[in-house]
Amino acid sequence: MKDLTKRLLLAAYVIFIIASVALNFEPGKRLGENFLSFLVDMMKVLPFAFILIGLFEVWVKRETVEKHLGKESGFKGYIWAILLASTTVGGLYVAFPVAHALYNKGARLSVIFAYISASAVCRVPMTIFEASFLGVKFSLVRLVVSIPLVIISSALLGAYLEKKGYKMQQIDT
Amino acid sequence: MKYLYAFTLVTLLLSLIADRKKTWQALKIACKRFFKIMPPFITMLILVSIALTFIPNKVILAVLGGGEHNRFLGMVLGLILGSVTLMPGFIAFPLCGILLKKGVPYMVLSAFSTSLMMVGVLTYPLEKAYFGSKVTIIRNAISLLIAIIVAIATGFVFGEIAR
Repeated sequence: MKDLTKRLLLAAYVIFIIASVALNFEPGKRLGENFLSFLVDMMKVLPFAFILIGLFEVWVKRETVEKHLGKESGFKGYIWAILLASTTVGGLYVAFPVAHALYNKGARLSVIFAYISASAVCRVPMTIFEASFLGVKFSLVRLVVSIPLVIISSALLGAYLEKKGYKMQQIDT
Repeated sequence: MKYLYAFTLVTLLLSLIADRKKTWQALKIACKRFFKIMPPFITMLILVSIALTFIPNKVILAVLGGGEHNRFLGMVLGLILGSVTLMPGFIAFPLCGILLKKGVPYMVLSAFSTSLMMVGVLTYPLEKAYFGSKVTIIRNAISLLIAIIVAIATGFVFGEIAR
C-alpha cells in the first residue's frame, strides 16, 4: 500500500514535469530544471565516491579501522573522524555511504556520528570559500563552537544507542 | 573536484596493478551499493527540486534581508530556511555575502548557513535508509540545537547581542 502511494506520487511528479514542458508552464519547467541540475551535480561526485568506498572495503583491514576508529580508539577516534571529514567532498549525501562503510569495518557509533556532523561543518574547501565571503572570524567562531559540541553530542548519542543495542541498516543483502 | 577524479583514478589503477580480482570485487561492491541507494536518493532529489522551486534564492534574499531589524526573528527564519533547503556552498556563501552587504547581522547568516549544512530535512529519505527514522530525527534535532548555539555565539562575538 505504502509502496503504491509512493509510485503514484512519483508518476504524478514525472507527468507534471512532462506536461509543464509540453504546455510551457514556467514553474513546472523550473522544477524539472532544478531536479536535473542537482542530479548532474551529484552524479559528478557519487560514482567516484562509491568506487573509493568499494576499494576501501576490499583493501583496508578491519583491524586498522577498529584500532583507529573503534571501541579502543578513545578520543583519538574523534580526531581521525574530523580529519577524514575535512577532506570529504560533496556533502551529507556522500558522508552517509562513507559512514556506512566505516561502520561495516568496525568503527564505533559515536565516531561515525562525529564524522557525519564534522563533514557538514568543517570541509576544508568549503570553509575557505565561506571565509572569503563572510570573513575568517566568522568561520573561526563556527568551527570553535561547533566542533566541541559535535564531539560531545556524538559521544552521548553513540553511547546511548550502543547501550540500546542499535544496529545500522544493512544496505547490501 | 579534479582532485577527487585524479585520486580515484590513481587508486583504482594501483589497485588494478596490485590485484585484479580484488579490484573487480571492489567495483562490484561499489555498483551494488550505488544502485541500492538510488531510490531514497531520487526521493531526496525530488524533495530538493520542489523546495528549490518554492524557495528560490530570491525568496531567501527577501526573507533574510528583512532580518536586519529584528535579529532574533531573523535568526529563527534563518534556521527554518537553512533546515528545509539544500544547496551547495558555492551558491550559499555568495548569497550570504550579498545579505551581509545589505546589513543582515552575522548571527542571522550563521543560523542560515550552519543549519543549511548540518540539518537535513530534505536528506531525510537518504539518511533514513542508513540509520532508520528514529536516529535520523534525533541526529537532526541535535544538529539544529548546535546551529542555534553557534548562531548565538556568533551574535556575541560580533557584538550583535548586548552583553
